[in-house]
Amino acid sequence: MAIITIDQLTKSYRVYQKKEGLREAVRGLISREYKTVEAVRGISLRVEPGEFIAFLGPNGAGKTTTLKLLSGVIYPTSGTATVMGFVPWKRDLEYRRRFALVMGQKNQLWWDLPAQESFRLHQQIYCISLTDYQRTLDELTSLLDVRNLLGRPVRELSLGERMKMELIAALLHSPEVLFLDEPTIGLDVIAQRNIQQFLKHYQLERKITILLTSHYMKDVSALCQRVVVVAQGLVQYDGSLSGIIDGFSGQKLINLQLADGQSEAGLERFGEILKLDMPRVTFRCQKPMVSQVLAEILNTYQVDDIAVEDPPLEEVIANLFHSVSGSKGSASL
Amino acid sequence: MNEPISHEIRTRWMITKTALAERLAYRGDFALGTLMRFLPIITQIFLWWAVFQSLSPSDPESAHISGYSFQDMVAYFLLTMLGRAFSSMPGLSSNIAKTIRDGEIKRYLVQPIDLLSFFFWSRVAHKIAYYLVAIIPFAIVFFMCRSYFTTPWLDVGTFTCFVFSLLFSFSLGFYLESCLGLIGFWMLEVSSLLFVYMLMQFFLSGHMFPLDLLPQPFSTIVGYLPIKYLAYFPAAVFLGKITGTALVIDMVMLIVWTAVFYVTARVMYRRGLEHYSGFGG
Repeated sequence: MAIITIDQLTKSYRVYQKKEGLREAVRGLISREYKTVEAVRGISLRVEPGEFIAFLGPNGAGKTTTLKLLSGVIYPTSGTATVMGFVPWKRDLEYRRRFALVMGQKNQLWWDLPAQESFRLHQQIYCISLTDYQRTLDELTSLLDVRNLLGRPVRELSLGERMKMELIAALLHSPEVLFLDEPTIGLDVIAQRNIQQFLKHYQLERKITILLTSHYMKDVSALCQRVVVVAQGLVQYDGSLSGIIDGFSGQKLINLQLADGQSEAGLERFGEILKLDMPRVTFRCQKPMVSQVLAEILNTYQVDDIAVEDPPLEEVIANLFHSVSGSKGSASL
Repeated sequence: MNEPISHEIRTRWMITKTALAERLAYRGDFALGTLMRFLPIITQIFLWWAVFQSLSPSDPESAHISGYSFQDMVAYFLLTMLGRAFSSMPGLSSNIAKTIRDGEIKRYLVQPIDLLSFFFWSRVAHKIAYYLVAIIPFAIVFFMCRSYFTTPWLDVGTFTCFVFSLLFSFSLGFYLESCLGLIGFWMLEVSSLLFVYMLMQFFLSGHMFPLDLLPQPFSTIVGYLPIKYLAYFPAAVFLGKITGTALVIDMVMLIVWTAVFYVTARVMYRRGLEHYSGFGG
């Protein structure tokens, strides 16, 4: 039984078309032109309990809009969705007590107070019993290693520490479904990894359902078994991360280490040379040709080492975004 | 919201407590700000002394303006200061508008918490913090000016009406300014609107001069407006300017206006959320 079902969900906004120049600005006071932006154009999805799903897509693809729809912040233009049996935009109190949304650094913490004061308020708002509250707080603060920061005003915390506190605030009421919108944006590598490890551990332990949007492939490859690529308001791919590489990259990278005295001359006929740092050479090769190319190289050259690998995930995804959006540069990772 | 009442009350108390703690985080600035608000009253006393002196240079204290002696005038300003300590809501409208504009409002849609109730109880906390700091200067000023209160001690009925008028002026001020802030759902920028309101409130609430000084028909028109309950009305009740049936009618009107703005704020909030969320596409 799916915990989240989304069926042909669409959302379009009417936005005021502002034109350049003072004259147009004055004209805009009298009559305004509006344009309809279709942020989500018919997304359908089923999520089983306990899944950890990544939403990938270029900026403006409709990922955040989908999360907003699922958390009931906005109404859809058409289509249906249910989360744990609730229609999100009806905003049932019961529903609100059973999920959480973390949107970047839009914080739910009181800036001038220690985080523990905000947590206390959450305890009351979400009707968490004192024993549950204490246990969950202990667990979360030790997992995220922030116990000694509980008494420090939020404004004095670093970005990474604040994000951890945000996560605690979102998880205190033990939500069954968690929506995370770019939880590691702007964080340094260590803080990113801390948060990844925490999320992985927490999700495995609690078996909660998590939908995450992120631009960091490291987040995605570390955490999610299933990846949904959204672009232009539509689902373009739904499957495993490795499936993206199989399905969307027709190429492999071949790394060679030539023996002393060998020349790289002639290698370009096998494919585009990406890196030349003698005696090391990296080039791109069409997937069906790999075995043939390898055999030919081994026959023609003296090779010390040879390795075949997939192109970097970032590149594959960028190509995927590029091919669906049809315009260069819109794929931002 | 179908919540057990005890939970609701505890939540409100928790909000109040947290907001109070936040308020006290900046003790120094807050205390200074509170004390500074006493300065304008001194300039006002001097201004009115000059006015009375020009009316009767030899004996200003015997002069009267529309039934107000100089003593009455000072007592009136002290009392409006007290009334405004309840009814003024610095930063409320702009805060609500900012919450909407910056998208912080999401929090009130996602968490099981109501925006208006949250702001109301935070405001109660602000007021409590304010009174805690201001009670001493208030007491000193009132003690020093005790000779200006020429009316005999209030009877219990009038005093009760006075206390009620202060409490209701808080609610009225809160919901009135909430309505202004909630316009932020439809207008990106509400600061000019707030400026106009502030000016109107300055003159029509009785903050600058007693409203019964106004000539007809302005006095009658202003008498029908809700703004007078924010400063003029509590002071006039205390000074015994409004008595008998007039007092009863005004008390009822104060309650009615509060209810009207409460309902308006609720309706605006609901409609505003629908607008914000793109109801109907």
